[in-house]
Amino acid sequence: MTQAPHDQLARVVREHAGRLAAALVHVTGDFATAEDLVQDAVLAALRHWPADGIPQRPDAWLFTVARRRGLDLLRRESRYRSKVEQLKQLEELQWPVQPEPDARLRLIFTCCHPALSQQAQIALTLRVVCGLTTAQIARAFLVRESTVAQRITRAKRKITDAGIPYRIPDADELGARLSGVLAVIYLLFNEGYLSTAERAQSRDLVDDAEWLATLLHRLMPAEPEVAGLLALIRLHRARTAARFGPEGGLVLLQDQDRSRWDREAIGDATRLLTRAAKARRPGPYQLQAAIVACHAEAERWEDTDWKQIVILYDMLLHLAPSPVTRLHRAIALRYVTGPRAALTEVDSLAAELDRYHLFHATRAELLRALGDPDQARDADRRALELTANPAEQAVLQERIAWS
Amino acid sequence: MKYVLMFVETEQFANELQAMGPAERERAFARVHEWWEAHAGRITGGQKLQPAETATTVRLEGGDPVVVDGPFVEGKEVISGYVEIDVADLDEALRIAKSWPGCPVVEIRPVDVTTPVG
Repeated sequence: MTQAPHDQLARVVREHAGRLAAALVHVTGDFATAEDLVQDAVLAALRHWPADGIPQRPDAWLFTVARRRGLDLLRRESRYRSKVEQLKQLEELQWPVQPEPDARLRLIFTCCHPALSQQAQIALTLRVVCGLTTAQIARAFLVRESTVAQRITRAKRKITDAGIPYRIPDADELGARLSGVLAVIYLLFNEGYLSTAERAQSRDLVDDAEWLATLLHRLMPAEPEVAGLLALIRLHRARTAARFGPEGGLVLLQDQDRSRWDREAIGDATRLLTRAAKARRPGPYQLQAAIVACHAEAERWEDTDWKQIVILYDMLLHLAPSPVTRLHRAIALRYVTGPRAALTEVDSLAAELDRYHLFHATRAELLRALGDPDQARDADRRALELTANPAEQAVLQERIAWS
Repeated sequence: MKYVLMFVETEQFANELQAMGPAERERAFARVHEWWEAHAGRITGGQKLQPAETATTVRLEGGDPVVVDGPFVEGKEVISGYVEIDVADLDEALRIAKSWPGCPVVEIRPVDVTTPVG
């Protein structure tokens, strides 16, 4: 046994908690009970492993704790005949219990069922599939632990009482249900990546999001949107090192030191995206990844293929119209048809985006490019009022002070 | 599992139904009839209700029962009918609800078989 550093602990728990949950749902036939047992085992692991080290067979260790706890619970309720049956099953159970190659896909689809609120889907997925504790989820989202606990209890009760099934959706529903799962992973990633929380605290969520996307891609290799989301996450992460300056300040894409980008990871992610595109089923995640790839592949800011980026935004808007996407398209448009045309486009979004800080920050940049520093400063001030992100606030404050 | 699908009518839907010609209304009813036929094996009961104007609500909270004219919630959405179905799980209930050709809102509620009504 070896001393267990924090991230190794997280990795081991993530790798085994979901498998254990899937095995226990298979044995007990009850999602809520299985989930409770896994959470107990994870909590025990987090108590013991930091000091004792990670056991050689962490999966068997977690399983033993969960089974012991399960037997305790069942003995207390042994007045039910059906529970006695379960008791026998649990006692005879040997690890590994592998009902099928990887039952975690069922787990994911149950956690992300559309009959649950999206917040509940996120919390459940993190706890059941990634093995996070309630306290860890609460810290990552800056909410009270009791709030997360309540969300999970309610969601589990609904799964049982409303008869939410534990299975992979049928082919005719798979597309819609998969979008729901991808939305959860994407939200997790965004929360970690753009988090207003302390960086150190939000790092795990980005890891969890990439891990979930990787797992989903392995389980559903033929789904191009899953590959698209995974490529999108990896393309962003490949440039993380250049996103923050020495003092922790946010560095804008234009000013980033591109030698610090992970070119190998960018190449891998781009190839993943190219393979996905061969299915000829474009979707919002593949298109967003393609846009990020255009930026990531440019050696210098001046080399960016803006025409291609505008075309990709047009395709994205066709599939998923949104004012925020139109704003991003307008930013790219500046480098194709000039700041005047871009500003006209941005101004047309005023009614919809007046409360969005990037709308005002973009206006400020365009006004500055058009030689109107006074109006630009006003727009930056408005943007500053609207963002709570300290890194973004710092960039805006500097711009107001120096322009 | 047993579920009740509660059909909810909106003001707009009622107006649209009102504005239909006889042939069109006939077709709308035929679609609903087909739906019932298609799911007959799963449907264990249910009825269309008379319009909300015919509703009477009794409030038993506090002292004496109070009888009030109208549905229990005053709103633009009113319950216009219900069916009880017996299916494997929520996904099957959702599939049936999604194919409903009538009013625009359907609420799905699992039936509580463990406790008496109340």
